[in-house]
Amino acid sequence: MSGVDAPPLSAPLTISFDYTRSLGPVLSRFMTGLRERRVLGSRTADGRVHVPPLEYDPATHAPLTDLVEVAPTGVVTGWTWTDRPLDGQPLDRPFGWALIRLDGAATALLHAVDAGSRDAMRTGMRVRIRWAAERTGHIRDIACFEPGEGPAEADQPAGDPVTVMTTPIRLAYTHTTSPEESRYLRALAEGRLLGQRCPVCRKVYVPPRVCPADGVPTEDEVTLGDHGTVTTFCVVNVPFAGQRRDPPYVVAQILLDGADIPIPHLILGLPADQVRMGMRVAAVWRDRSTWTTTPENIAHFRPTGEPDAPYESFKDHL
Amino acid sequence: MSTPRVAVIGFAQAPCLPSAGTTSGVETLVPVFQRALAEARLDRREVDFWCSGSSDYLAGRAFSFVNAVDAIGACPPICESHVEMDAAWAFYEAYVKILAGEAETALVYGFGKSSAGRLRRVLALQLDPYTVAPLWPDSVSVAAVQARLALDAGIVTERAMAEVAVRSRADATTNPYAQVSGVLDLDDLLGRPYLAEPLREHDCAPVSDGAAALVLAAGERARAHPRRAWISGVAHRIDPPGLGERDLTAVPSATTAAEAAGLPGDVEVAELHAPFTHQELLLRVALGLDARVRINPSGGALCGNPMFSAGLARIGAAAGQVMSGRVRRAAGHATSGPALQQNLVCVLEAS
Repeated sequence: MSGVDAPPLSAPLTISFDYTRSLGPVLSRFMTGLRERRVLGSRTADGRVHVPPLEYDPATHAPLTDLVEVAPTGVVTGWTWTDRPLDGQPLDRPFGWALIRLDGAATALLHAVDAGSRDAMRTGMRVRIRWAAERTGHIRDIACFEPGEGPAEADQPAGDPVTVMTTPIRLAYTHTTSPEESRYLRALAEGRLLGQRCPVCRKVYVPPRVCPADGVPTEDEVTLGDHGTVTTFCVVNVPFAGQRRDPPYVVAQILLDGADIPIPHLILGLPADQVRMGMRVAAVWRDRSTWTTTPENIAHFRPTGEPDAPYESFKDHL
Repeated sequence: MSTPRVAVIGFAQAPCLPSAGTTSGVETLVPVFQRALAEARLDRREVDFWCSGSSDYLAGRAFSFVNAVDAIGACPPICESHVEMDAAWAFYEAYVKILAGEAETALVYGFGKSSAGRLRRVLALQLDPYTVAPLWPDSVSVAAVQARLALDAGIVTERAMAEVAVRSRADATTNPYAQVSGVLDLDDLLGRPYLAEPLREHDCAPVSDGAAALVLAAGERARAHPRRAWISGVAHRIDPPGLGERDLTAVPSATTAAEAAGLPGDVEVAELHAPFTHQELLLRVALGLDARVRINPSGGALCGNPMFSAGLARIGAAAGQVMSGRVRRAAGHATSGPALQQNLVCVLEAS
């Protein structure tokens, strides 16, 4: 068993997506206002103006439609200082985070203050909005706040109301496998398929995993061949972003001989409409020089031409 | 129909570690389940209801809680549920399930690999997605703004915050699951640099990977168990999401949760889920805990804060105090969300 004592494999994993959100009547007006360099708050039944605006009155539960403009200047009610800004934050140099109550508002919003140095920050300091040069109807139309006072400088309304906002999200992780998964992946790099046997039910899992029937880690390692049976499959007819192959093509569950759980993979080498349950298949490995610790070492599976396996032989593995 | 009484009859946790290897929580959970069930004297097939707390954002993978079901052994099929919050809220769901008569036993668990990503940045995504999260305020900075408000209001001092750290680290020396422990010097701490003013490193919980599991039972299973902690009240409340909408120093949802749970004045031990030193001080006031109450004999979340199980672990640690016979009444508290937005209080009693 090579690699037993090698550390688990890990690799960087970056996830990114654009959250696109529809705004509704209150936030639509708020964001449209920001595009025009105006800050709107919502007035609750008790007369208080909330910035950012609430959509419903927390006391009466009535929809809030009475939006009023507040000043682009305000006061810091609470703050901290950041020496090393993180990805995505409003400024890329040291800055203050602050709760800021704009003049005319009863509540505070959180934003960045470009104060230059920590010594400039204090509770009660006066700040004004620094508007982004290009405004799209997004909270980041407020680039940040800066110390000082300033006259209102609103633009004339222009363009359709903002009804949707998009926020890009990007997160970086280190993905780490379990020791059992690591041995499976390292075996793949040697052209071997490695499973593990549950000590209770004796079933063989590939890739190795905690036995889902007994809730115990699998123990004995079992090397499996690369022949198997199609248990079930689907024909992919729909194009989607990132697709690597032109549809139609077949993704199947393949029960390797000696295993008790199927693995998913591609079936190629015949027309999609000829793939069937019970069909015998074998792995088609990529060129050995390209092998790494990934299931992609197997390019796809192809039919072997053997007679189909009887349904009873795989009916428990659908 | 009378309402069943429910007791905690088992608890186990994984060691809090700065990095626990695999991104999947499954391997971590298996031994934790085994120990919790052994303490509960229950076979896993006798668990009527399973409920977990975790978040895909921590591991950066979709449906990570479904993967964790492997560790349960879901064959034949089981009854299972999940909350995208600290597992203390899964505990609440299981408690209600038992009160409703739909289960007699339940196993509640939480797990999280906080170290897979950059935790304080990941947690920005729990903020309002329109007006706050797009600015990426990190969780430490949000807590620091809260601490500043408490300092300005004269509710806490940096010295009192450091005293919390000193006491917690000292208490954690007897907790084998703690991530950090030991003797700290108060004046030395106050001379150290700020992480996010007014928070220094000792004011913030470490980033921890970990897991915990707790077993609940009603009826004869609870009565017959030699070690149990009866639940006399549980409640949870939430404050508005807008950070400027509430008084961040008063923690109103903790106060109302304590009232609704019937938190007694004579509770002997309270395990508070406070990932920052000033939050423990705020919670003591909000929950009305006077100086006689022993706070966090485990060392608390400041000495190990595995996301999504640290709150459940507070209930487990409080229950452990009662189950061991050390105290007659204890309280477990959990928080979720930014700056103590959501709070849960559980009261545990010997009889």
